[in-house]
Amino acid sequence: MADRKVGAVLVVGGGPAGMQAALDLADSGFKVYILESGLSIGGTMAQLDKTFPTNDCSMCIISPKLVATGRHENITMITNAELKGIEGKTGDFKVKLSRRSRFIIEEKCTGCGVCAEHCPIEGANAFDRDLAPAKAIYVPFPQAVPLVYTIDKGLCIGCGVCDKFCEAKAINYSDEPDKEEVIEVGAIILSPGYDVYDSSKKIEYGHGVFHNVLSNIEFERMLSASGPTEGHVIRPSDGDVPKKIAFIQCVGSRDAQTSNTYCSSYCCMAALKQAVIGKEHVQGLDTAIFFMDTRAFGKEFEEYLMRAENEYGVRVLRNNRISKVEEDPETNNLMLSYLEGPDIREEVFDLVVLSAGARPPESTGNMAKVFGLDLNKFGFCETDDLTPVSTSVPGVFVCGAFSGPKDIPDSIAQASGAAGKVAALLSEERGKLVTKKEYPQERDVSGKEPRIGVFVCHCGINIGSVVNVPEVVEYAATLPGVVYVERNLYTCSQDTQKKIKEVVEKHDLNRVVVASCTPRTHEPLFQNTVKEAGLNKYLFEMANIRDQCSWVHRLEPVKATEKAKDLVRMAVAKAATLESLPQPKIPVTPAALIIGGGLSGMTAALEIAKSGFEVHLVEKEKQLGGHLRRIHHTLSGVDPQETFEQLEKEIAEHKNIKTHLNETASEIKGYIGNFETTLKSGEKLKHGAIVVATGGVEYEPVEYMFGKNPKVVRQTDLGELLAEKDFKADNVVIIQCVGSRNDEYPNCSRICCSTAMANAMKIKKEHPETNVFVLYRDIRTYGFAEENYNEAARLGVIFLRYDPASPPRVVATNGDIVVEIDEQFIEQTVTIKPDYLVLNAAVRPNPDNKDLAQLLKVPLTKEGFFLEAHMKLRPVDFATDGIFLCGLAHSPRLIDESISQALAAAARVNTVLSKPFIEAEGVVSVVSEERCIACGRCEDVCEYGAPRLEEISPGVIKSRINEALCKGCGSCAVACCARAISPKHFKSEQIMTMLEALLADKDEEVKV
Amino acid sequence: MSGPVTKDARSTEKTHEPKIVAFCCNWCSYAGADLAGVSRLQYPSNVRVIRVMCSGRVDPAFVLKAFELGADGVIVAGCHPADCHYINGNEKAAMRGDFLSEFLEDAGIEDQRFRMEWIAGSEGQKFADVVKKMVAELERLGPLCEEDV
Ligand code: FES
Repeated sequence: MADRKVGAVLVVGGGPAGMQAALDLADSGFKVYILESGLSIGGTMAQLDKTFPTNDCSMCIISPKLVATGRHENITMITNAELKGIEGKTGDFKVKLSRRSRFIIEEKCTGCGVCAEHCPIEGANAFDRDLAPAKAIYVPFPQAVPLVYTIDKGLCIGCGVCDKFCEAKAINYSDEPDKEEVIEVGAIILSPGYDVYDSSKKIEYGHGVFHNVLSNIEFERMLSASGPTEGHVIRPSDGDVPKKIAFIQCVGSRDAQTSNTYCSSYCCMAALKQAVIGKEHVQGLDTAIFFMDTRAFGKEFEEYLMRAENEYGVRVLRNNRISKVEEDPETNNLMLSYLEGPDIREEVFDLVVLSAGARPPESTGNMAKVFGLDLNKFGFCETDDLTPVSTSVPGVFVCGAFSGPKDIPDSIAQASGAAGKVAALLSEERGKLVTKKEYPQERDVSGKEPRIGVFVCHCGINIGSVVNVPEVVEYAATLPGVVYVERNLYTCSQDTQKKIKEVVEKHDLNRVVVASCTPRTHEPLFQNTVKEAGLNKYLFEMANIRDQCSWVHRLEPVKATEKAKDLVRMAVAKAATLESLPQPKIPVTPAALIIGGGLSGMTAALEIAKSGFEVHLVEKEKQLGGHLRRIHHTLSGVDPQETFEQLEKEIAEHKNIKTHLNETASEIKGYIGNFETTLKSGEKLKHGAIVVATGGVEYEPVEYMFGKNPKVVRQTDLGELLAEKDFKADNVVIIQCVGSRNDEYPNCSRICCSTAMANAMKIKKEHPETNVFVLYRDIRTYGFAEENYNEAARLGVIFLRYDPASPPRVVATNGDIVVEIDEQFIEQTVTIKPDYLVLNAAVRPNPDNKDLAQLLKVPLTKEGFFLEAHMKLRPVDFATDGIFLCGLAHSPRLIDESISQALAAAARVNTVLSKPFIEAEGVVSVVSEERCIACGRCEDVCEYGAPRLEEISPGVIKSRINEALCKGCGSCAVACCARAISPKHFKSEQIMTMLEALLADKDEEVKV
Repeated sequence: MSGPVTKDARSTEKTHEPKIVAFCCNWCSYAGADLAGVSRLQYPSNVRVIRVMCSGRVDPAFVLKAFELGADGVIVAGCHPADCHYINGNEKAAMRGDFLSEFLEDAGIEDQRFRMEWIAGSEGQKFADVVKKMVAELERLGPLCEEDV
């Protein structure tokens, strides 16, 4: 008998990574449990104010995910709970959990907050790092999911006030403190995140002793509009606005004293972001960041660093590990000594922020015990370069910072990657334990008088601090058709969704308007809400009073308020004209097209095939493997060739995979679920999703005599030389950042520092007599690669820092080459005569990307890498549905990171292919047969072949539009000479109505 | 609509607040306008954006209607050439825009009052700059004379 498998998954930890894994699996037909030890999902990201490199508001972008997770019909959240034990094996686990009581009946609590209003007890708020008070009955933060209150029994005096005021009768003082339960799952994903290093342990910095020394998370909460100071940056000692802030990097990381010798990866960027945002909060603020190295290694990060330094004037002080902070007891000012060039300087600051690093989460020990999991020496989960989401226990996977400190997009990609692995593992069980989301029957609103509800959002203080929201609310109430208006602190929070549904019912609303942020991110959320309220989702309209109003007119509150009113009036006018639109169901071709057969493409192909879908793997060369064929050892010293051969064999043998070598796509037509690609050879392929895995190329240096002198080689050549037996050299010089971090290609190639360490160590281990010199700008061995940097230094590799303004000079003298470098530390020129000069050449985008981007209609970055839908939360999605990306097509990355992304792309593809139908958008164009004169201009103008002239009855020819092909762009409507075509939701009448609302008789209306 | 319509620039009071309508395509230009916000770029508050799916959706009639109703300036913004989410809606928009410019000129509406712009999702700065520039120009030009439109 085949082993039993269970089509359910347990995700341990509900931060961004856990939520992503849960959503991917739930959307692919698996039942998901999220076990969260805290009171809400959201993880550390929910505490952040802004995220780099786009400075997006963290709560704004995570909030839709919180809500989507919270309301997904296939996700069950088990919060405030702990893992107790586990039995069984991969495919069939029994997991024992223990829930701590909230002393609230979860099903009854509405999250209204009346209890907390009346609670007489105040304690400290852990979410705000104790900077703000919280009641004895509380939610951790306003957007918490689930929005259920909890009684802190340590604080509660049992006065019974909350019970008295709770209308829902949700208080249960006498609940048992813990309850155990057992769930059955087929696989487990661990995403417990990380803990922030307790910086008060570094006593030399005085955190917890000196008032004006804050940790980075405390400072982040201070920047947050919903934080303890409502976004005001102040000195805790006296409440004054600081004029000078110092950021000290690497607190509790890269630090042998704390034995946390790894690098925490995200703190450099986080500090830059905090310095930039700090400057936006306080005019004229001086910010200085003391870096050991600037580790801006991610996509577009280097540009962010340059902007911070050059445009915002953030002071970037490299080569600095601050030894101590001293306080002037009178002023509470803080004094630091630091290096500037070779000089030691002293400077006084008003506030010091400690960039505390990441530690393995507290729960790690318990988890390791329960699962019998291997941890690395720091207590993070042990993984392998080539199996980056697998743990030592079969059926148990890992993602996010628990497998090593990393930023949000890398965590999200790894999370989708883990989901991809699980989906393949449990593929036969897909769809067996899930329920389909049922929406209430849609109300028929045709012909009914508009009854419009308007919800105006404060967005914390994002809108409310500029736009006079109460005034807008008052004004909205006077607009024609409006029967209900309210304002919300966050209209996107889960409690407001509930509120909207209630209000729609209670006031019999048939149109809803939300005035808040941009429809580009939040329309789907609100549309879902109105759908749940029994309205067609197109009976919804948004007014963008944040991104296009309060944020851009910060110094003109009166004008911004007028504009907000105009925008609301336009939205209300359009809302009155909105109609219910049907959404046709489009069948999905359960096959994927993978473009590019390197490591990423191959990995994605195999995982999708294992999930039971057909795969077309298209590779331009005559064999698979791409760049990987030239790599002989990874960072951790593994030779990937063996794994590669295994992968190649599995792909060749898998019945679901068809490999197309020497092929490229020459035409790609269609849309999510229904693509048709024509290959160069003329072969046509039908598929429902696409993965772009075109890889990158190694830069061909024009500098340092590359190509002119045989002693000058690139890093990959060195890898190959080292793989040969007879490598011999007295001196090897490695130059970093060749062709990256310059004017033309400003960004960092990310992998070069780590590969330099791997190669340098290999030389030193196998040929200890060889001198190895690494000429660098910043060493960016992030994460555990920092260990390699330390090890390389221990082995005697010599590191020399150069300034990009005076790069190393290379001259050839009778066959020899001589390298000269102006060393920055010692301020001297050093001359070396190497046997090999190794150039660490940049990773450049594949030159084919340009054409492919045009074929697919997807964007590229300035440098020519593909640009994903959202840098933080959608790292492997394109904005166009059904198209995904991974590996070097996205940006430079290490092997394990490419594999994670490839698995992620596979998981995202699964979410498309696992459904038999996709619900099409309702925004399509329709022809009025009455008006149509069959001129055929619509046919000419449409690129998708949607309109066709047809003989509808003998002798009568009319245009008809195929809804499945129509994209709703509206071009045909403009071209139509008889004005017979109308693009739904963007009808001419609707746009004219908006114009009229905006411009006509405005003076009269405003007087109201 | 007929006749030259602008008042003498010098006679315009400084307090004239030009009203600008911007039609932005959903995929690039609207995203660019959002990015200006995300980046907290500050620009004059005179512009009101109407979101359309593609610049190719903008009917010249909308632009004329806007002027007729008293807009001082109109912007039609779409994706950069070759970037249109619907392949080439922006090219069609550009053709209509050229035609429209000529028509407006004949009607005596200065060409500074009507702009076709390509603004990418990554060009928050460009969106802000386009608005700033147009506001400055319209302040110089003064209002359109109502009776002439
Ligand atoms: S979608 Fe932007 S112009 Fe067509």
